[in-house]
Amino acid sequence: MPATLASRSAAQPAPSQTPPDGCATPGSAVPVDYRTDPTRYRHWRIAVDGPVATLTLAVAEDGGIRSGYALKLNSYDLGVDIELHDAINRLRFEHPEVQCVVLTGGLERVFCSGANIFMLGLSTHPWKVNFCKFTNETRNGFEDSSRNGSLKFLAAINGACAGGGYEEALACDRILLVDDRSSAVSLPEVSLLGVLPGTGGLTRVTDKRHVRHDRADLFATSVEGVRGQRAMDWGFVDALAKPAQFAEKAREMALELAAQSRRPGPAAKATGVKLPEVERTIDTAGVHYATVDVQIDRVGRVATLTARAPEHDVPTDIAGIEVAGAQWWPLKFARELDDAILHLRTNELEIGTWVFRTTGDAARVLAADASLVVHREHWLVRETIGLLRRTLARLDVTSRSLFAFIDSGSCFAGTLAELALAADRSYMLDVPDGAAPCLTLSEANFGLYPMITDQSRVARRFYDDAAAIGAVRAVVGAPLPAEQAEALGLVTLALDDIDWDDEIRFALEERAAFSPDALTGMEANLRFNGVETLWTRVFGRLTAWQNWIFNRPNAVGAHGALKVYGTGVKAEFDFRRV
Amino acid sequence: MSEIDYSQKIPNNVNLNGDRTLQRALERWQPNFLGWWGEMGPADSARNDVYLRTAISVDPQGWANFGYVKMPDYRWGIFMNPAQEGRTAQFGESKGQPAWQEVPGEHRANLRRIIVTQGDTEPASVEQQRHLGLTAPSLYDLRNLFQVNVEEGRHLWAMAYLLHRYFGRDGREEAEALLQRHSGDVDNPRILGAFNEQTPDWLAFFMFTYFTDRDGKFQLSALAESAFDPLSRTTKFMLTEEAHHMFVGESGVQRIVQRTCDVMRELKTDDPAQVRAAGAIDLPTLQRYLNFHYSVTIDLFGADQSSNAATFYSAGLKGRYEEDKRDDDHVLMDRSYKVLEVVDGALVEKEVPMLNALNEVLRDDFIADSVKGVSRWNRIIEKAGFDFRLVVPHKAFNRQIGALAGVHLSPDGRPLTDAEWAQGAGRWLPTAEDRAFVASLMGRVVEPGKFAGWIAPPRIGIDRKPVDFEYVRFN
Repeated sequence: MPATLASRSAAQPAPSQTPPDGCATPGSAVPVDYRTDPTRYRHWRIAVDGPVATLTLAVAEDGGIRSGYALKLNSYDLGVDIELHDAINRLRFEHPEVQCVVLTGGLERVFCSGANIFMLGLSTHPWKVNFCKFTNETRNGFEDSSRNGSLKFLAAINGACAGGGYEEALACDRILLVDDRSSAVSLPEVSLLGVLPGTGGLTRVTDKRHVRHDRADLFATSVEGVRGQRAMDWGFVDALAKPAQFAEKAREMALELAAQSRRPGPAAKATGVKLPEVERTIDTAGVHYATVDVQIDRVGRVATLTARAPEHDVPTDIAGIEVAGAQWWPLKFARELDDAILHLRTNELEIGTWVFRTTGDAARVLAADASLVVHREHWLVRETIGLLRRTLARLDVTSRSLFAFIDSGSCFAGTLAELALAADRSYMLDVPDGAAPCLTLSEANFGLYPMITDQSRVARRFYDDAAAIGAVRAVVGAPLPAEQAEALGLVTLALDDIDWDDEIRFALEERAAFSPDALTGMEANLRFNGVETLWTRVFGRLTAWQNWIFNRPNAVGAHGALKVYGTGVKAEFDFRRV
Repeated sequence: MSEIDYSQKIPNNVNLNGDRTLQRALERWQPNFLGWWGEMGPADSARNDVYLRTAISVDPQGWANFGYVKMPDYRWGIFMNPAQEGRTAQFGESKGQPAWQEVPGEHRANLRRIIVTQGDTEPASVEQQRHLGLTAPSLYDLRNLFQVNVEEGRHLWAMAYLLHRYFGRDGREEAEALLQRHSGDVDNPRILGAFNEQTPDWLAFFMFTYFTDRDGKFQLSALAESAFDPLSRTTKFMLTEEAHHMFVGESGVQRIVQRTCDVMRELKTDDPAQVRAAGAIDLPTLQRYLNFHYSVTIDLFGADQSSNAATFYSAGLKGRYEEDKRDDDHVLMDRSYKVLEVVDGALVEKEVPMLNALNEVLRDDFIADSVKGVSRWNRIIEKAGFDFRLVVPHKAFNRQIGALAGVHLSPDGRPLTDAEWAQGAGRWLPTAEDRAFVASLMGRVVEPGKFAGWIAPPRIGIDRKPVDFEYVRFN
């Protein structure tokens, strides 16, 4: 993602001070909090005008989430992107009238110059990877919304647009570039920094925009990028506008996009759902929400995430759902799970295994699922499904071992069963008596929450085999005891009570002893086991290469390109090709 | 399930009565074990009353209870040495930390492999020896064979217990597999090569119990050091029984040497042909059997340089023999050890990291221990006035495992050409003709107090019973 082309000449503090890092060691740094709201934004402005919302980036130079670098020239760090993530979610839920989001720059002749290089130079490797992952998810979220009838996105590039700035534009439906004979789009990572674009730049230039690969090669190795007519001719942007016509053209394109959205729009006068801050408490035991509880075992390096079914009957009609608003269980659960995932991923690096447990009344989860399916075309339900879908998709790209323990008192039904289906392994207790747990699928498990492979997790599990999927679909709604769940291939191991305690202890202890890097690579290989999409390429191919390059001396050695950037010293490379 | 008193059915000191999980697991395994015993255990023996020792507890009075038992009714028990309060790991990276009462998940696979490998040898030797009862040289020897057999069976129980109790589902499957592999079975062989060889005659049996059961002693001693406390306690108790097996071997060979020397003195000759003609086993044949069993047994210690050995030690899973009597740091990171290798046809010593050489360390301990009995055998020959001496061969002789595998050496350590080896092998290892001769001597002797002509009677009986006691009653 990096590249602040424009910031190259700008004075920057020497890379020293506190490196941005998670707080793997309690007390070593303030934990990153993904919760924010517009009253606290430092970098983004939201303006809503009819069906169009404009998000204007004007980064506060002194507003870095960690110290040691200045966010010059609309370069961003994790804090800037946390605000963007929050802003988009608020538009989704609080502003049903909005159908298109316009992203534009708020500084003189700068749209966005990408991720801040000095921040990257100071960052630990895990910080860089987490940062890349989250920014990728936010950008994929634009496309996810667009293709699912929700918000459309327009990049209104009104100035310099480099690296991560252009990658953000690439994630939009349409790209408008100001034709002022100087503003260009570029991916200068290779030429300036010795790394790759980290948020899908290369992938979207080819897979999405179909820029010819040789032209893309010219583009991706040039510092200055392309501007004006050539940018149009080669397919890097969709439209050009002179500065005087730029605002008008942007409005026109935004309205065109808005018309393609299935959101209510201003005329429907729908009432938005205000998103209050996600409530949580953090203590030595873990992180506690209303519908999700996280218990952290620091010795075993295991987090147990327990999802709670609704404690009361959930509304099944739209009126009831609207009244419940952010307290509606599917929405509340999605927001809390999302926060828990982001918190653990960023702040608990050494907690390498996540165990999913569930508790509560399966009937209530199934009732909520039924209303999700029935009302899926209602904007609020659609947005809630979208949030659940994106949140569950975070699990698939999470570099943690995911286990599901389905034992007595558990409630792996429908949406909550998706946690077991997402897991690397699931263990189910097989006992004959009334304490026997059951796994229950709902229609929600068959397409409501596709992975980034565009498959349901059931389809992923069975390699799209119609017979196997059909056999499982035939038992939708039926509580499946262990024997049946195992026979249908829905759980990894059904264990009786003789084995249960030993086996899950072994599984956790053994997992904790393996190389975390080997596990991350193995799990990603197995989770994404067949279908390749633009998004899987973004995460898989690109981030794998990027992570390799980020660890090589040519990038991060004492004389590596990323380290010496901006100091006037030339990078030294080991020229042997690997 | 009706109330079963497990302490009666399966003598134990592991609180079997209070462990429902374990009861259920063993209830499934036990019938399979009895089926295996009937099919693969001592042939034609089920109805005999055998004067056997049964362990009913681990205190000195408890582990040696004698009485007549039909072997299928033998009470195979589960015993561990008493827990040692506050025991800590004695070696490796977790040295000084509390010993493990459960299997750490991190070490599960390696510990299971160690226990399965050890456990596999126990039923294997019963299978190897199953026909020997039909050619026993006396009731006394027949009883000793059966004692060894039931105790190997009990050792199988000990390992199966550990697998059932501590290794979950995989452990149960492995315990089943211990009954499914069979010595010499082409499709389901025992894990270690030596345990797929036949034990065709009683000379081989005594050599086996002297040498190969001594390998067992050293392996068990190394496991008795384990930081996994249940394994340590289990193997410590097994060692008390293993001692008897080695006694059977040592005294068996001793009595053969005695008989041979008696014949040689009577005939005033050391000519093997004349000794054989008189129905005794000549000393050169004994030497060839010794060479064979010794070399096959020292292969069991594994490759002279082994990453597994290093891993097992550093992880605290398997120590050295008598770890507490060794004056070093018990971590061994900077220590080295000499192993042999062949360079340009000559044996040379090479220094390698001790952690990798721990198989060799244990092998050398075994060698030091096993030559003692050989000296006692020689004393008989010396006393009889003959110059012949039995001697263990060079440790590089006839090896099939490790850096010395396939290297041709004479028993005294001289490198040989292929031709020299082919020429000499018949002088150093038992020939088909030797085995046929020994087999020709094997005939069943079942009259109390009578002994076959190739072996001398023991000086004293078992459990202070007379030598002509009816140790086995045929029904």
